Amino acid sequence: MATMQMRTTARAMMAPAVILLLVWMVVPLAATLYYSFQNYTLLNPVISFAGLDNYYYFITDPAFASAVLNTIYLVGGVLLITVIGGLFLALLIDQPIFGQGIVRILVISPFFVMPTVAALVWKNMLMNPIYGIFAWLFSLVGLPPVDFLAQIPLLSIILIVAWQWLPFATLILLTALQSLDGEQMEAAEMDGAGVVSRFIYLVLPHLSRAITVVILIETIFLLGVFAEILVTTNGGPGTASTNLPFLVYTQALLNFDVGSASAGGIIAVVVANIVAFFLMRIIGKNLEA
Amino acid sequence: MGSIRLNKVSKIFGEMKVIPSIDLEIENGEFVVFVGPSGCGKSTLLRLIAGLEDTSGGRIEIDGKDVTSEAPAKRGLAMVFQSYALYPHMTVRKNIAFPLKMAGEEQAVIDRKVAEAAKVLNLTDYLERKPGQLSGGQRQRVAIGRAIVRQPTAFLFDEPLSNLDAALRVTMRLEISELHQQLGTTMIYVTHDQVEAMTMADKIVVLNRGNVEQVGSPLELYSRPRNLFVAGFIGSPKMNLIEGAEAAKLGAKTIGIRPEHIAVSTTDGAWKGTVGVAEHLGSDTFCHVHTETAGTLTLRTAGDAMLKHGDTIYLTPDDRRIHKFNNEGLAV
Amino acid sequence: MARSVSTSRRVTFTVIAWVIALILFFPILWTIITSFKSEGDAIAFPPVFLNFHWTLDSYREVQERSDYLLHVWNSAAISFGSTLIALLISIPAAWAMAFNPGKRTKDILMWMLSTKMMPAVAVLVPFYLAFKNLGLLDTKLGLIIILTMMNLPIIVWMLYSYFKEIPGEILEAARMDGATLGKEIVYVLAPMAVPGIASTVLLNIILSWNEAFWTLNLSASQAAPLSTFIASYSSPEGLFWAKLSAASTLAIAPILVMGWFSQKQLVRGLTFGAVK
Ligand SMILES: Nc1ncnc2c1ncn2[C@@H]1O[C@H](COP(=O)(O)OP(=O)(O)O)[C@@H](O)[C@H]1O
Ligand SMILES: [Mg+2]
Repeated sequence: MATMQMRTTARAMMAPAVILLLVWMVVPLAATLYYSFQNYTLLNPVISFAGLDNYYYFITDPAFASAVLNTIYLVGGVLLITVIGGLFLALLIDQPIFGQGIVRILVISPFFVMPTVAALVWKNMLMNPIYGIFAWLFSLVGLPPVDFLAQIPLLSIILIVAWQWLPFATLILLTALQSLDGEQMEAAEMDGAGVVSRFIYLVLPHLSRAITVVILIETIFLLGVFAEILVTTNGGPGTASTNLPFLVYTQALLNFDVGSASAGGIIAVVVANIVAFFLMRIIGKNLEA
Repeated sequence: MGSIRLNKVSKIFGEMKVIPSIDLEIENGEFVVFVGPSGCGKSTLLRLIAGLEDTSGGRIEIDGKDVTSEAPAKRGLAMVFQSYALYPHMTVRKNIAFPLKMAGEEQAVIDRKVAEAAKVLNLTDYLERKPGQLSGGQRQRVAIGRAIVRQPTAFLFDEPLSNLDAALRVTMRLEISELHQQLGTTMIYVTHDQVEAMTMADKIVVLNRGNVEQVGSPLELYSRPRNLFVAGFIGSPKMNLIEGAEAAKLGAKTIGIRPEHIAVSTTDGAWKGTVGVAEHLGSDTFCHVHTETAGTLTLRTAGDAMLKHGDTIYLTPDDRRIHKFNNEGLAV
Repeated sequence: MARSVSTSRRVTFTVIAWVIALILFFPILWTIITSFKSEGDAIAFPPVFLNFHWTLDSYREVQERSDYLLHVWNSAAISFGSTLIALLISIPAAWAMAFNPGKRTKDILMWMLSTKMMPAVAVLVPFYLAFKNLGLLDTKLGLIIILTMMNLPIIVWMLYSYFKEIPGEILEAARMDGATLGKEIVYVLAPMAVPGIASTVLLNIILSWNEAFWTLNLSASQAAPLSTFIASYSSPEGLFWAKLSAASTLAIAPILVMGWFSQKQLVRGLTFGAVK
């Protein structure tokens, strides 16, 4: 397309964004990679080569295994709740209900609440074992109150994060649902397909792509959950609610162990890249269409 | 002034030679139509002249000046796009004024020129509307208005009527022709519709696969097509092309005879045949006749001809109007 | 679908939907209600829902804390600043990609997207150290730089997807009409893309306003935006629920409203056009 002059101009116009992003991506990542092979703590200004020691210590630290597990539980748990719940909610909102617009607004609102606020509100006003709403609800049915963040810290965090991400899943599935061809549904109805078989053979396949997108994008974000942990449990009790990012943060900013934190960071990159690979393929395919 | 010269102009997209090499001269004030089937490179050629695409080779001159590597705005040409390409967020007035504003004209001059253009194009009542509130024909006129205010050396039109309905097309065709009479400016007009080409052009350039097949006035192309492609493309209904024994009799590979140059008789003639479909247009009747020796021929007869399906008739071509083509498809 | 649905079915679905919607919205509603309570009512047990003494005391106290407005200002400066800078860098890039795509445009777009998938925690250490050395820790400038870069890929993508919907012929017409590149963008492209640009801006302000990794790690007091400021309530101050609620309500209200307006664009922005 177009003329040589335009193409040259186009390159010049793209240059700032491309160069800035390149620097943004390469330089810090290279630095992290470099630090991950050094003995370097902020308490001791002497830096020395460490080989793979940082990786070795980071990985063999019992906190690492538990952080990996916690990360998996957190991501998996939230995905499970949000995808199934989102599917259910999207189908519900898509029905001809009164006040659909308002219902929609109420449902998506949690997504816009900043993570620190969400976590604090849940931690205090809902989950507090003495004054919280949950304690009150439990007392209504005669159950003893639960100290959520002390007794089931990870599950509590999963609940909070799922509350924040349920709207996202709902909104995207709802958008996909609304692009479903009405005529196709009517044709299927004429052909004698019942509600269930229409759902299985028409709706679900139509949504499969949106569901995949929800899963992948949420995964990217959920792998990085941080604020919710910081303001509720601070990773504890012990390391019961420490995930990978939080472990790296602990190493870097609390233990001042730059080398080990960097090794953790590189491991996080590897994990994220595995997910990103699949997400990019889906988005890339869409770009062709 | 507005004479345009193409000298061995070529265009290659990647691997594809869309325009192998074209030489063409367009005189000042001429109405030139580029006509050819869809995908033959008409738009590409127009965009090369406009400067929206680079040439891969050759020279483009406007009024004797080499503009091959000049930016579009510097060529002094105005273009009317197939989609009209109006600025949807601007009123009609602002749309028409835009080129003047870009040229840094004074507001008073802009106002006067816009008013003039609007008057010529019957847009005065619509100046404060946005393009979205106009009909197809009005949008078309705004696009033309935007082109004429600049007083360009030449106008370029890329299939400007193809988005209009049939009736409006006929009206706009006349309006554009009239505009050309009034302004006397060179116009290059691209279309795939040979009727538009025949009715509007001073000079037609028939394009096929990026090559110029023939250049000439509408009547020249009609009466002396240089080759089979032009013969088949110009004229409606299409010229009948006959191969085999009938052609060999006249010493040609192929002979062509236009539907309107065949005489009909119920008693005798050169070719005997039966009437297949007869299309009654009122003014004319087009008959598709299956002959024994010359294949299926289209015939144009009077509107009141009482031919109907299954009739046996005899056809005789007008000898002076038979076109003969050799093995290479060239007229002899 | 123009089809009659039995009223009873419709009512049933309506009731279920409203109940669930209200449950999901409850934490926000509860925060808003609590912000109008006295500290005593806030921790009343059993909880009081509406029949308490409504008061604006908590808002007054939050406002009076001299630093509250500072954090609002920080949040605004950081989210608007980073979004606008990213927009200025992105518009030319998106213009180039949408209207003058080359062989590698798609690869570049995908690569830009991939930078978004880099976990923040992987580069926490170098940024922390660099900011420390450059004196950028706890400065608005530092956070603006970070969030600008965080936003850049999303903004380029969103603008690209909006620009793609504008016919290139219109820009060519402008070029024929004698517009220079700058004028082409300012007078023709930008006005036509206003809805797209607006929703891009909106989504990115929301994302930056709520950002809670870099802000928490790289700001403490002076440059702390609301998200860091509110996190400070996690310590003993968290016991003052009415004040926490008032501060929270103020922090989320503007974004909530913006969010309601941008629901549709949100889908497109957050799925990078994979779902429309
Ligand atoms: N930007 C381009 N890149 C590659 N091929 C193109 C481009 N523009 C046009 N073509 C090809 O060039 C040929 C001629 O196109 P065009 O000039 O638009 O034809 P027309 O206007 O006669 O219908 C077509 O085969 C088209 O696919
Ligand atoms: Mg064309």
